[in-house]
Amino acid sequence: MTASTETRAGDRPATQPPAGRRSPNGHQKGRVKASKPSVRLGLRMRRNWQLYAMLALPLIWLAIFAYWPMYGVIIAFKDYNVVSGIWGSPWAGFKHFDRFIESYQFWKLIRNTVYLHVYELVATFPLPIILALCLNTIRKKWFSRSAQLITYAPHFISTVVVVGLVVVLTNPNTGVANKFIGLFGFGPVDIMGDAGMFRHIYVWSGAWQTMGFAAIIYLAALTSVPPELHEAAIVDGASRLRRMWHIDLPAIVPVAVILLILNIGSILSVGFEKVLLMQNNLNLDTAEVIDTYVYKIGLASAVPQFSYATAIGLFRSVIGLVLLVLANTFARRFAKSSLW
Amino acid sequence: MTTAGTLPPDEQRLAVGSPIQDTRGDKIALACIYTALGLFCLAVLYPLVYVISASVSNTSKVSAGEVWLWPVGFTLDAYKAIFDYDAIVSSFGNSVYYAVAGAVVATILTLLAAYPLSRKGLPGKGLIMALFVFTMMFSGGLIPTYLVVDQLGLLNTRWAMILPTALAVWNVIITRTYFMVTIPEELVEAGKVDGCSDFGFFWRIVLPLSKPIIAVNLLFYAVAQWNSFFNALIYLTNEHLFPLQVVLRQILIQSRVDPSQMPDTSKLAQLKELQQQLKYSLIVIGMIPPLLVYPFVQKHFVKGAMIGSLKG
Repeated sequence: MTASTETRAGDRPATQPPAGRRSPNGHQKGRVKASKPSVRLGLRMRRNWQLYAMLALPLIWLAIFAYWPMYGVIIAFKDYNVVSGIWGSPWAGFKHFDRFIESYQFWKLIRNTVYLHVYELVATFPLPIILALCLNTIRKKWFSRSAQLITYAPHFISTVVVVGLVVVLTNPNTGVANKFIGLFGFGPVDIMGDAGMFRHIYVWSGAWQTMGFAAIIYLAALTSVPPELHEAAIVDGASRLRRMWHIDLPAIVPVAVILLILNIGSILSVGFEKVLLMQNNLNLDTAEVIDTYVYKIGLASAVPQFSYATAIGLFRSVIGLVLLVLANTFARRFAKSSLW
Repeated sequence: MTTAGTLPPDEQRLAVGSPIQDTRGDKIALACIYTALGLFCLAVLYPLVYVISASVSNTSKVSAGEVWLWPVGFTLDAYKAIFDYDAIVSSFGNSVYYAVAGAVVATILTLLAAYPLSRKGLPGKGLIMALFVFTMMFSGGLIPTYLVVDQLGLLNTRWAMILPTALAVWNVIITRTYFMVTIPEELVEAGKVDGCSDFGFFWRIVLPLSKPIIAVNLLFYAVAQWNSFFNALIYLTNEHLFPLQVVLRQILIQSRVDPSQMPDTSKLAQLKELQQQLKYSLIVIGMIPPLLVYPFVQKHFVKGAMIGSLKG
């Protein structure tokens, strides 16, 4: 009895204002709409000229730093040289793409990139969901608050520092990780210099850093679960785990699907900065991915091959875009939730 | 935090006055959840605490593996060594400059983009929005962007650190959603009736109402700028312009210590001794600024991210 009245009292402030706002709003909108067809587009644009003026700076930025580089992508089909510039350089067709696909690096790069990304996805995608479900179930406010405060924190530490942390902690001579291994009677291991360990280190240090922050978006989705559902389930004798599984989890699924689509779209672009920072001569066998290769042959080498590097980068972007569209189509058909 | 992390209202109520007790299964489940969360928090905290302890411990004790959690043989030598290494001090200053300037420029651009796009019935709004969103899915890539920065003559200038990353589309979306939620259409209409121009309305009404989202943008961009290292790596070769992250990479990851950065050569031998130590203290120095602003960001950013993700 008390419970139901309280629910109603609690509900009222939540539903009332939108309803109250909606009626005058809808009224006004109706008026504006009615007068709209008579106002020509040109006039409407002129009336809003100040808004366009505000947009000018961001649009100029967008044109220079986002769309000008997209135009520059045509050097992937040319033999670019600095003297003739982007437009003046001779056309080369698909020469650079052919060269990349036939190069001995090709399959190694694809394998390393896809493997690293899929491993990361499978290992770290469910973690924030589990974390959010747990945090949402907890009753003690101070506990869930401090758990959130702690788990979000690594997100704000830079990649350089995180990799530095890993390097220092796994140092074969002085690192504490090796001291732990030593406790179980194993000799010191040069973890960073081991090509076989690279993926594990990359993925799990990533989980350490991002898991807490990634849970935020799921926690947000969980706030939309109406408390009545939980009440009804409790009355029906559903256990805590059952409620997590049948009430909380379904609320998360649409968000999870969207994040999954975005993730699949970027399957060929792993966390490039971090991979580059973690690379050394000993682990290159597994640590060389497409993006770091582009950087090396395009900018870091003594004889930069701009066109070739751009072609490889474009190859990756196009595949990423195609995968994004495919994943989205798939999700729209089967999961009823999609990006567009 | 908002209600997300706290308990659903029903459970609050039940916890206070309900006769329904937890079943044994529920108690076990809860215990497991608490244990798992506790363990995870420990796993997150341990490396951080260890590094702080190691940075104030005696070098030989750290190398010998005597430090597990708390400092052994307390000393601040590692921190003193930092101030003797010129590159760290100057790059710290550069990083502060990039973070502040970058955040201001980026926030202004974001607000200017987000407000018009939040207004109903602006002709061409959909197209402009699409132009922004498309850049999230497809970009020119590394080399073409580098060539643009080169052609603009920005290489080896401070602008190269600030301009190419001056706008994050994700922030525009979040800020725009914030405006759509907090600035009701009636307010815009009322402003128009009173003869307020769009500029005036933005300046006098919208900005004062948007302090939280402005703060989020500033802090978000500042932290991103502070943490970024790749732009410096490709656009800068002049080491007087290097941000802290580049120097951190040299010392922490590449173990490269440049003797010419030590004006006082008598301290050189001491520095080599302290090199391992220096790494721990440098990690702490690199972590602290973002972690200091983090509690402020957390409160607002989480809210902003939620609004943006749910309604955007």
